[in-house]
Amino acid sequence: MTIPSELAQNPILRKLQLFTPGVVRAASNFRQQLALVVPAELIRSVCEFLRDDSDLQFNFLVDITAVDRYPDEPRFEVVYHLRALERHQRLRLKALVSGQNPRIESLYGLWPAADMLEREVFDLFGIHFTGHPNLHRLLMPADWEGHPLRKDYPVEGHR
Amino acid sequence: MPRTAMPPPASGETMTLNLGPQHPSTHGVLRLILELDGETIIRAVPDIGYLHTGIEKNAEKLLYAQVIPLTDRIDYLAPLSNNLVYCLAVEKLLDLEIPPRAQWLRVLLTELTRLNNHLVWLGTTALEIGAMSVFLYCFREREEILNLFEQVSGQRMMTSYFRIGGLAVEPPHDFYGCVDRLLRMLPGRFEEYEDLLSENRIWLARTRGVGVLTAEDAIAYGISGPNLRASGLQSDLRKDEPYSSYDQFDFDIPVRSEGDVYARYAVRMEEMRQSLRIIRQALEGLPQGPVQAEAPGIVLPDREKMKSEMEALIYHFKIVTDGFAPPPGEVYVPIESPKGELGCYLVSDGGPRPWRMRWRPPSLLNVQLLGKLLPGHLLADAIAITASVDFVLGEVDR
Repeated sequence: MTIPSELAQNPILRKLQLFTPGVVRAASNFRQQLALVVPAELIRSVCEFLRDDSDLQFNFLVDITAVDRYPDEPRFEVVYHLRALERHQRLRLKALVSGQNPRIESLYGLWPAADMLEREVFDLFGIHFTGHPNLHRLLMPADWEGHPLRKDYPVEGHR
Repeated sequence: MPRTAMPPPASGETMTLNLGPQHPSTHGVLRLILELDGETIIRAVPDIGYLHTGIEKNAEKLLYAQVIPLTDRIDYLAPLSNNLVYCLAVEKLLDLEIPPRAQWLRVLLTELTRLNNHLVWLGTTALEIGAMSVFLYCFREREEILNLFEQVSGQRMMTSYFRIGGLAVEPPHDFYGCVDRLLRMLPGRFEEYEDLLSENRIWLARTRGVGVLTAEDAIAYGISGPNLRASGLQSDLRKDEPYSSYDQFDFDIPVRSEGDVYARYAVRMEEMRQSLRIIRQALEGLPQGPVQAEAPGIVLPDREKMKSEMEALIYHFKIVTDGFAPPPGEVYVPIESPKGELGCYLVSDGGPRPWRMRWRPPSLLNVQLLGKLLPGHLLADAIAITASVDFVLGEVDR
């Protein structure tokens, strides 16, 4: 996935490229929904910029989740949905994370809403969120082994 | 083994209290770990997961159409909202437009769902604060709504009535008359509830100024829906990002600025009246036409045609055995569910089963908020606040 030519003039994309040149690695507009791929190590600063920029105002963290692309590598996509409450606009950010020791920076400091959302991703995908103050399992019992939403975890569980 | 260890007390002066997971005021299996200084809460930690059934995982092993019955079971007080968001997401993946009559009936039924949800919310919240009669009245009216669901789908709660491409079947002829009767009955009943509550001194003492949520905190904690509007923000996806022809309906968005339990009550009461307005418009302006899109290979063919046309029979067989495969891609579709922004994120790899289905649960964010709202309040207020934010554990845990 690269940046399609019709998105080159997109104001959000252009603002981000001005913020950090080359930060948008890929973009898509499938069904008129803008999705941008940004480097995992910059996710926090990109989100902080999107939240605080006076034109963009992506002030509402809607959701954090992940997609397992097993057996591809990088294996995980961590997916962020942002919403600009006043401007009625939405944005999807994706960060690609390796299957080996998957980790990405926590957004807890930007939005406390990220607390349980990140814990759920940690619990079900085994992706670590560095800087999260309380990264424990959320839905599965504390002594559970494995991460159920990974594609190599059978739907009927390990017997 | 405990799911979450009790946090060590901050000093020897405090007591840790376990509220739930079987306590009736937690509306299901929510466990709240409260650290108390006397009767004042100084820390609250929600512990969830008791009702986790792996719905997102299960969806990955099912054909797109087979996922619909799973969605009923997520928020079991608003099954049709769940059906709707899932169907809209799949239709978006397929780029499928559905006929106006189906869209309007979806609006009508999801607004009935909102009434159902808010009636349960009002009844249980009032019960928590000691008003038993309101609870009984609300459940009496809710029964009428469940009867309507039964009329259209054959099921009171697990409706599975919306299908990809429209509705399962046209509602029965006597359905509309029953909706009309309900619309005539409810305004008087709402007045009854308000007579019992709105100026009741106990109700006011227990709700005014209790559990105040500021607009800034609401945004920071990802709070949406009636809770956000009770904190002064006019935000409603039915207006902001209209779906299913909500833009053709005339209704107001009630907003309160106080952010307390009373404001959350007042917003929901007014929202129910607005729902009645929407249902009345849907009933009177309901367009004629089919309730299913013309999409062979996706929508099941007419039963009668299957008896006379070979092609219809083949499509039926193909849809039931192989399903259909949307193009590779991903969509996130949000709707205004009774509890807030309900979202369905679907990832397709071009196969007949979702590669990933993510449910964005407003209930989870509402439960998370308790950790912020409860500290500083008395234990008795914890019950009122917990009830007021509105959540269903089926949706919290999925």
